[in-house]
Order: sequence, then structure tokens, then C-alpha cells
Amino acid sequence: MNGGQAGDAGQPLLLGVRHHGPGSARAVRAALEASRPRVVLVEGPPEADPLVPLAASEDMRPPVALLAHAVDEPGRSAFWPLAAFSPEWVALRWALEHGVPARFIDLPAAHTLAWERDEEDEEDTDEQDGDGGDKDGEEGGTDAGAGEQDAPGEDVRVDPLGVLAGTAGYDDAERWWEDVVEHRGAGKGDALAPFTALEEAMTALRETYGSGGYRRDLIREAHMRLRIRDARREFGDGVAVVCGAWHVPALRRRTGVTADRALLKGLPKVKTDVTWVPWTHRRLSRAGGYGAGIASPGWYAHLFAAPDRPVERWLTKVAGLLRAEDRTVSPGHVIEAVRLAETLAALRGRPLPGLGEATDAVRAVMCEGSDVPLALVRDRLVVGDVLGEVPDTVPAVPLQRDLERTQRRLRLGPEAAERELDLDLREDTGAERSRLLHRLRLLGIDWGRPAASRPGTGTFRETWRLRWEPELAVRTAEAGVWGTTVLAAATAKAEADAVTARVLADVTALAEHCLLAALPDALPVVMRVLADRAALDSDVAHLAQALPALVRSLRYGDVRGTDTAALAEVAVGLAERVFVGLPPACAGLDADAAEEMRGHVDAVHGALGLLADVPAARDGRLRARWRAVLRTLSARDTVPGVLRGRAVRLLLDEGELAQDEAARLMGLVLSPGTPPADAAGWIEGFVGGSGGGLLLVHDERLFGLVDRWLTAVPAEAFTDVLPLLRRTFSAYEPGVRRTLGELVRRGPGRRDRTDRAAAGAPGFGPGVDETRADAVSPVLRLLLGPDGDAGTREERVEVRR
Amino acid sequence: MSASAEPTSVDPRRNGSVPADTGTVRADTLRPHAEHAFADELAALAAQDDRPRPARWRLSPWAVATYLLGGTLPDGTVVTPKYVGPRRVVEVAVTTLATDRALLLLGVPGTAKTWVSEHLAAAVSGDSTLLVQGTAGTPEEAIRYGWNYARLLAHGPSRDALVPSPVMRAMAEGRTARVEELTRIPADVQDSLITILSEKTLPIPELGQEVQAVRGFNLIATANDRDRGVNELSSALRRRFNTVVLPLPESPEAEVDIVTRRVEQIGRSLDLPAVPDGVDEIRRVVTVFRELRDGVTADGRTKLKSPSGTLSTAEAISVVMGGLALAAHFGDGVLRAGDVAAGVLGAVVRDPAADRVVWQEYLETVVRERDGWSDFYRACREAGA
Repeated sequence: MNGGQAGDAGQPLLLGVRHHGPGSARAVRAALEASRPRVVLVEGPPEADPLVPLAASEDMRPPVALLAHAVDEPGRSAFWPLAAFSPEWVALRWALEHGVPARFIDLPAAHTLAWERDEEDEEDTDEQDGDGGDKDGEEGGTDAGAGEQDAPGEDVRVDPLGVLAGTAGYDDAERWWEDVVEHRGAGKGDALAPFTALEEAMTALRETYGSGGYRRDLIREAHMRLRIRDARREFGDGVAVVCGAWHVPALRRRTGVTADRALLKGLPKVKTDVTWVPWTHRRLSRAGGYGAGIASPGWYAHLFAAPDRPVERWLTKVAGLLRAEDRTVSPGHVIEAVRLAETLAALRGRPLPGLGEATDAVRAVMCEGSDVPLALVRDRLVVGDVLGEVPDTVPAVPLQRDLERTQRRLRLGPEAAERELDLDLREDTGAERSRLLHRLRLLGIDWGRPAASRPGTGTFRETWRLRWEPELAVRTAEAGVWGTTVLAAATAKAEADAVTARVLADVTALAEHCLLAALPDALPVVMRVLADRAALDSDVAHLAQALPALVRSLRYGDVRGTDTAALAEVAVGLAERVFVGLPPACAGLDADAAEEMRGHVDAVHGALGLLADVPAARDGRLRARWRAVLRTLSARDTVPGVLRGRAVRLLLDEGELAQDEAARLMGLVLSPGTPPADAAGWIEGFVGGSGGGLLLVHDERLFGLVDRWLTAVPAEAFTDVLPLLRRTFSAYEPGVRRTLGELVRRGPGRRDRTDRAAAGAPGFGPGVDETRADAVSPVLRLLLGPDGDAGTREERVEVRR
Repeated sequence: MSASAEPTSVDPRRNGSVPADTGTVRADTLRPHAEHAFADELAALAAQDDRPRPARWRLSPWAVATYLLGGTLPDGTVVTPKYVGPRRVVEVAVTTLATDRALLLLGVPGTAKTWVSEHLAAAVSGDSTLLVQGTAGTPEEAIRYGWNYARLLAHGPSRDALVPSPVMRAMAEGRTARVEELTRIPADVQDSLITILSEKTLPIPELGQEVQAVRGFNLIATANDRDRGVNELSSALRRRFNTVVLPLPESPEAEVDIVTRRVEQIGRSLDLPAVPDGVDEIRRVVTVFRELRDGVTADGRTKLKSPSGTLSTAEAISVVMGGLALAAHFGDGVLRAGDVAAGVLGAVVRDPAADRVVWQEYLETVVRERDGWSDFYRACREAGA
């Protein structure tokens, strides 16, 4: 009653495997070589039968996945991932290489996808994520301890490997499987022996547990039996079946065709499409991606690919990686690591060192006990960066379909010619179109590029420049890895981008993008990453840069009606961190750094002003704390003058500082005790920079303050102060300077036109010399045309501008 | 000079190669060696150990692991666990010794490095006394050999005039030598271990002789991995060790337990009045230490910057002790937030610039919002002002 009886009349060759088990894969190859079947049946959706020949294509490189999705609803989908070391893949390739037909025999995806719709609540995630995951292998961790159930009922899910491992005295099913199957190496002797043993064990289990709580297995197994029967009618006895070991006893059982047909009657159905998509090791390893995932695809790939001495080869690989990262790892280290791993395996009573032993050895010998380089090894080797490829000829991915449907619905067809699109976000269509374009941008499909909106249109308008280029279709196909609908794919991509983002500002930008693209599901992940990055980033400049974008996002969110409570929380946290970090970060900066920091201070100040509109922010307290920070800055001598001046000015604007107090501070800093450069910086910070002059023109209070202080400077000190002031005032635009002069002249009690125009344009005398002006006015009139009555110096200045 | 440089505990037996004689242990010894304190367990393990033993090992590697991790023997003898922590750590340590590699135990203060090294030596060689205590003043003689100058002057250079170090004796007898606080030993003295570990020989050029290690010799060293101002191991020496990092207590409860127990012990020996209801404050100190050390809040939701200090369990104990003394002598006898705040601040802020930012961020973003922590927040604000 085992696989060894393949040749016997009436018995198909049943190869029970663990999905993604390299040992199983080797064994399957050996068994197929030994028995040479005439047809290979593989557990998988039969809709994919026409796609099997593609597996032989040159351009098809595992890991890949079979993707089945409902035609009308691309979001409803299931994956059957296959790695190079998957037994199913090995079986497919063997069949193709030997010109033997290969077929999938599992229940059609049309049913499994329909099930999922009907009973979404009843079954949990593993159905939803595709039924490619089987109960015999990769779900080893799901129901640990199920072996203790002594009254197995239909609703108790059994973890078959857990039970077997428990029986063998192992507490870890994964380890047991490795010891018993994976580390056996290429079988010498009977190629079918491992399958026989496993089948016996599974038979015993099924006798005790029945379907183990997986009710649908009975239906799937009925379907598989029928398909096997069909195949045997066609090919006789040379039939090999590769399926999860859990199913083997059920497939072996003799049941009536009618009973099986009855089970399959009346199953719900949806129209389904199947295609190949590229997969990655990282996704194989992701728990929950389908089944429970496998923890170490890189290690399994290594076990499968290594011709011999897997541990030695693995440790050499690790040494190579660490060396590439500039750690000194000598061959001596590798030798010692191998010895340690082997002895450790002996101490733990394992037949061969496994990944656990190898990892312990790497940590103790090569990494000096540190887990930091070990994380690198885990990421690059244990999981690995392998990315699969599929040929161009595979059917379209569902993402493409979803995009086409959305384009039709929004009446926004792809056009090769560039055109401009104006969107009003207050209308539903406008908002949806904007979201679609933003989502596509996130996915790297740059169909639309945002153009500068017409000025004065506010935040509810967006302007896009649209152009569909042929390579965007390729991009869409590539983006199919991320999901089956534009929304799902963009969400997954945003989450992945957040995790891999290098600098804080990238994450903030991403958060902004998520809001624009309306990806509420991605937002929690992005926010968490953002909060983490902000917590760990010790550069205040980064934090200060991130804050404005975040506050901006908050306001966008308001416009679009997104829930932004989480965002506000993060923004407030970010502000708090800026408050704490800013004073120490401002100490002892050189001129350039101080200038940069002034920009940050301004940006934070502006952002806090905007944050005031957001109810979630603890606004009052935040503002108060910000003022306290500004006060600290303004009073600290180690802070560069430009920042102190800025802080005083902001406090003055806030009404936090009385005018005479500000005047006192100004006098203090411009007194002889202060180094001239510092004093100049202070003034620069106080009224300098772009817009500083205009402010002085329009803000009489500020103007009065400077004016009063200036007039109070004693005559003998004035010449010392003058160069400092010139530095700031000479940077103003000429028009501003002129207006300032006017203002000073018109000031109260200064009607005298011959009074000094304090800040006249450099190189010119005070006032206007009428006689000399008259001399140039005819020429100017000629230049400016007959209407121009420009003749005064004022106009000349205008002309020069 | 050489004699005084040697740890006195090994002095009486320096000329004999007889291992420690259990018969001579006095009942009132303040702290008996591991091999004496657990002689029964070691004997029971040895009696029932049928696995292969490496040369000159008293127990097989399996039995050594059982001795450290605890377990029940076939005849019902219960072996108490000596090390409570990840099994992996002990397994790798024992395996390292079995593969004839030197073992370096790293960890912050209070992670039982010395304890593990003593018990390993006791289980493997039945003798944990071949010990070199590393200090800034440890001379080369403590690792290689010294001279009995009276003899040297009277009889000239000979093996009789030579005073062997614990390491030298371990080599000659095939036992386990221990070096405590390896990174406190000056770099040039550290490097005298290189020949011993790679060539397994110790030349004595004065006599034209050498001492070759016999099978069973090995060396266990301990060092602080986050201690400042120590002598970093040269890479040549590092290469000769397998490194095992002893982790800090895994759960907050375990750490609170350790701190409470140690505080009680120390408090008794210092005759401090017992302080009731101190556990809440201890839990708070441990929480702060753990959160800052791990760089994440206890609920795992907020990441934090870590300060430059080690924030070890040992430091938490000393903070609580300081707080207790304050409460007992100057306070109302109850351990309050104010009593520990200054100690916590001192432990966290080691680097006045960077650590202060870390601490303030922690205060403002975590402590301030936490329910029931307002007294602690206020106390810390006052202490930091």
C-alpha cells in the first residue's frame, strides 16, 4: 500500500511531499527518475494546465507563483508559489524535460475563489490567501500542540507535522522535519522509501484525526481522486502524483466515483483567470503570504542546490558575505565554525547540523557573539534576495485588468499624446481620478505627472500632465507583484517603501503621498515607521524638515476627509522631539550651519502655526512649549547670533516679548562687548533674509523698534555699528531700501527733506540733486518713449530693476 | 613580586599539582567553590554519565550542559539549574570547550558571566580555582610564570625556582583555566595569551624549556562588552576565541525579581531598615532601564533612543540601593519616586550632551503620558533641572 508499488496493477505512484521542502524535492526527482511515469499529476489548480509548458521557457526563473483571480474581481485571488526547491516545480520540470504531460489535479480555482467569497467569515486567512498552502507542511506552526487533543473533532485543526514531531519527542515540528527528511541528502538505495515511511505516518494520523478539521480537504481530495482516475483511464498505470503528504492516504483510499461526484456537486463557481507571476524569496518567507510561509527559503535553496557538504558550503557563503561587508573572516574562522556546528549538532542529538547550529556557530565564531552582523546574514542568505522571472508571453496580470476597468469607469483613457488635466477634488470623479493617478505614481507607473496648479486655486485643485507611454504597460506588469488591484498594489508598495526608506524625509513624503492616494490601510504602517524613524533620528535638522510636510499632509487630509488622528499624533510627537533636541543642536554652529538651522527654525514655527488648525493637536501646550524653546534659544550665548535674533523676532511676533524688552536685547547684542560678526548675525536674524526688508517696511512696530534703537545709538558708537547694519540692509532689494528711506524721512517730526536718507542706495549721496537729475531726464525720456514722464531717480531705480 | 601578583586563592597549592581536595573545605567558608558546593550533583552526574568524554573531562559535554541547565537524572537525582537563560548559550559554550577552542563570555555587568565560567570549569575539570583576575595591573607573570627570587638567587634558574601561573598549571595538567575581566588587562599582557591559545605551548626561554599543553586544557575568559575605558582585544586574540554573549534577563518580571532579591540581600548586610512597598518603585526603575536599553517602550509601540550607558541590571540594583538609603535615612522610610530619580538620571546621563537629549525625550514623550507616573515625571524634572 505504498509508493513502492507503483508498478503494481491499479496503484498510482503517490509522492507525498512537504511544499517547499528541498529534501522532498530531491526525493521526488529521484522517484520520478526511478519509476519513469507516463504522466505527472501535481496538486494545483487545473485551470493552469495550459500554462504548464511556460515552465520550460528559458525566461522562466523560479521563484514564481501561479496566480488565479476572479475575472470580474481582480482583488479576489490566490497564489501557488513555487521555488526552485519546491517538489511541485521539480515534478513539472521533470515532466517537461522528459516530454511527459503534466497536469494539475486540485480543485479548480473557480471553486476555491467562490468559496472564499461565500464564506469569508467562516474560514480564516489561509483560504483567503490561496489554498496552495497545505496542511502537511508549511503550516507546521499554526496549531502547535494539537497533538494533545485527545478528542479530535471536525472543527479542531490538526497540525500533522506537529503531531508527528511530538510523537518523535521533538518540541519543534520544523526541526523534526529537517532531521527526518530534509537533511537526509540525496537518497541512496530505494528512491521510494522516504515516501513509504511518510505515507505510513500520515495514514496513522488520518486514521486518528480524519480530515483534521480541514473540511474542504475532503472535497479537494474527492476531486483529486477523480482526476487521477481520469489519468489512469488515459495512461494506464504509469501515473505519478505529487501532492501534500497529508492527502496521500485519502488519495490511496478506494471510494466510489459516485460518492466523489456527489461531494463535488453544486459547488459555487466564479469565472477565473490564471497566470504566472514572478515571486521572491522574501515573499516565500513571509508568514501569512500563503499558508504559513517558510522561514528560511535561502537556506532551503542552498540545501537543494548544494551537491554535497551543505554546512561547509553554507558557512563559506556566510564568510564571503561578511567579508564583503568588511569584516575580517578568515578560512580559519570557517573551519572553526564548521567544527562548532558539527559538535553542537551532536550535543543536541541531531544527525546533521541544521540552520540553527550553523547560525549559532556563525554568531560565536565569526560575529563575536553579536547579533548585528547576524541580521545581515539572515536577510541576505537565510531569506535571500532572489527574484523570479516570467516570460513576456504569460497572460496579463489582474492588476492590468483592474487598471483598465478603473480607467473605463473614470472615463480617463490612456492616450499617447500629452494633455493637461485639471481636477476639482471636491467632485467625486475629480477626487477619484486624482487618487488613481497618485496610486499609479506610487507604483512607479508615471502616467500622470503633477504640474504646478494655477496659482490661487487652493488645495482643492490639482493639475496633471498625462501621457501614456508603451513602457508603462511593462511597468504595470511588473507592479503586478504587489497586488491584484491598483489599490491593493499601491498599499503594499507604500508599506514596503516605508520599511525600506533611508531617511526620515522620505517617509514623511510617503505619508503625504498615502493621503493623496487615499491609502488608509498603508497609513498605519507608514506612521509606525515614521514614528520609529523620528524616535531614532538624532539629527534635529531631519526632524525639522519632516515636520512641515507632515503638517501639510494633515491639512490635505482635512480637505479630503481622511482620518488624520494618527497623523496628528505623530506630528505632535515629532514636534516634541524637535523641542527637546533643538537647543543643544543650535550650540556652536558655524555660519553656514547656523543659516541652515534658521531655515529649520522658521519652518518649524510655520508648521506649528498650521498645526494650530488641527483639533487633535494639543495646540495650546505645544505653542507654549515652543515659546519656551525660543526663549532658551534667545538667551543662550553659545547659540549663533543669527538664531538668537530670529528667536527674539519670532517671540516678538508671538506677542511673547514686550517691545522694550526686545529693544533691550537688541541694544545688548549691538553693544561693544559683542563680537561684530555675532552682532551682525543677530540683526540679520532679526530683520534680515528674504522678506525681512519688506516686513520692516510694512510692520511699523518693528520699524519703530529698529528706528528708535538706531537713533539712541550715541554718535561716537554709530560708526562702529554702521558696518554691521550695512551688512543686513545692503542685502535688501533696492526698492525696499528706497521705501525704507522714504519711511525714515517721513517719520514723525522728520519733515525735513534734507534729513539723511539713512539707507540710500549704496554709492549715492543723500537726497536728490535736482540739477544733476534734470541733466539726465531728457535721455531717459528718449529711452522710455514719449509717454514716459520718468525723470526722477525713483523711476530710474525702477527701470534698473 | 611575582608571588604577590598571584591570586592568593591558588597560592597554597602552587607547587603541587594535586587538584583541590574536597576534604579540606571548612564548613564556615564564606563562599565555597562551585565544585564543592555542588559536589553531590557532580558526583551523581559523573556516575550516570555514559556518553563519551573528551580527554581529561570529568563529564561528557551532555552532562556538563545538564549540570548548568538543570534536569533530572535517570536515578531521580535532581540537578538544579545553575544558569537560567537561553539553552543555546550554554550549548554553544560547552560545545566550544569540547572543540578545543577558547571561550569568551561577554555581557554587561550582572549577566552571570563569572558564575557561568566558574561552573563550566567545575563541571569540565572539577576545579574552578585556576583563576587569573584581570585588573589594570595584571602583570605578564600572572598569565605566564614568575620566579621565586630567593630560590633563583640561591640555586640559579631551574624549574624549582619557577612559580607557574594558573594558566601554566592548567596547561600542564590538562585543565580549564579562567581569566576574569580579560579586557581590563593591559593589551600587551593580553597578547601573551596568543601563543598559549594558538601554539598550545608556553616557552620558558630562561631555561630553554617549554610547557606544552596536554589534552583537556582550555581557557574561559569573561569580559564586559559595553564597558568603557577598557583594553579592546586585539584582533589576533579575538580570532582565537569563540564568543558567547550572555543576554540580559528576558522578561521584566525576571529582572524585577533579581533586583528585589539582590537589594534585600545587600540591604540586610548593610543593616538598612527594611522598606515596605518598594516593589512598585523597583518595577519602575527596571522598566525605565529596560525601555532605554532596548530602545523601545514596554508595550512595543514606541521606539526610543538608547543612551550611551550600559543600564545593566547591576546598575538598577545600585540605583535602588541608593534610593533605599535615601528613603531610610532622610525620607519617611518609604521608597518614593524622588528617592530614585537622581540615581536614574545619573545612570542614564553618562554623556552630558547626547544622553541628556535622550533622557529628556524619554521624559517628555513617554513618562509624561504614562498613567500613574506623574510623581516620577515630576521628580525627574526636578532632578534634571
